[in-house]
Amino acid sequence: MTGQGPQKAKAALDAEFSELYRAHLRDVYSYAYYRVGDHHDAEDLTEQTFLQAYRHFERAQRESNGRPLRPWLIRIAHNLAANLYRDRSRKPSWPIDETTTLAAPHTTEQLVEGRDELSRVLDGVRELPDDRREALIMRFALGMDNREIARALGRSDGATKVLIHRAIKQLEGIVGDPVEASADE
Amino acid sequence: MSEAAPNFEGLLREALAPVEPPEDLILRLEETLTSITELAAGELEAWELSAMRDPRNWARPAAALVAGGAAGTALVLLRARRRAQSQTGLFHGIRRVSFDRSGAERALRDLGRETRKLLGDR
Repeated sequence: MTGQGPQKAKAALDAEFSELYRAHLRDVYSYAYYRVGDHHDAEDLTEQTFLQAYRHFERAQRESNGRPLRPWLIRIAHNLAANLYRDRSRKPSWPIDETTTLAAPHTTEQLVEGRDELSRVLDGVRELPDDRREALIMRFALGMDNREIARALGRSDGATKVLIHRAIKQLEGIVGDPVEASADE
Repeated sequence: MSEAAPNFEGLLREALAPVEPPEDLILRLEETLTSITELAAGELEAWELSAMRDPRNWARPAAALVAGGAAGTALVLLRARRRAQSQTGLFHGIRRVSFDRSGAERALRDLGRETRKLLGDR
């Protein structure tokens, strides 16, 4: 019965990957959406993230020592997004796409509609440097804790805490007084 | 500004609310993942055929036929579960727990179809 080994192991691995996919599809899509700023690129990025994750899943699982794999997934998306901009030699296509017709409900547009305050916050997030913006997306859109964010960004826990603190402070400044905040930074 | 931090973080949480992936993305992605899983299962099969040159492995084909069906069906479960979730409403992480009969029947049909497809190819 030794012949069953590889296929059984693969079936088990696939089942585990499907769990990972189910648990984090929305996280990856949310990250991608806020990172790249439009639904079309966010869909491509999400798709590529899971394809690459599937390819390297066995190794990631082996090396994770039982730690959650969400930071690893988000790191893949982060690297792919960086490649996307490098290839296209452009920055994210902010402002967030409001013209796309979508079949699925998109919470953010609904929330932001008629809410100037939230729009100002989103505009402010777009003005932040990449690393600060990403840290805030991970914290507030995905609900990741400092340790997870640190793993996703490849930083220490302490550096991540400082990064988030500074990102919030800068954003408060931008939202409160855009001119003053940009002069300060 | 600092005294308003808790409020501000609440605002930030609201502004960066999680975004539901579009339905067509989910369908496309699950089709793709299912396809590459089947492809990978095919590669395993090819490995097994080459291993047949070794007489010590001759007992394997029957076992592989049984086990092989499972490889491609794991990701089909995704589709089945998602269908069940979409019928019960999965929104903002709030999952209402129920699984109606038609959803279960469709899930079983999906599994059967994919398994037949895999075994039929052998």
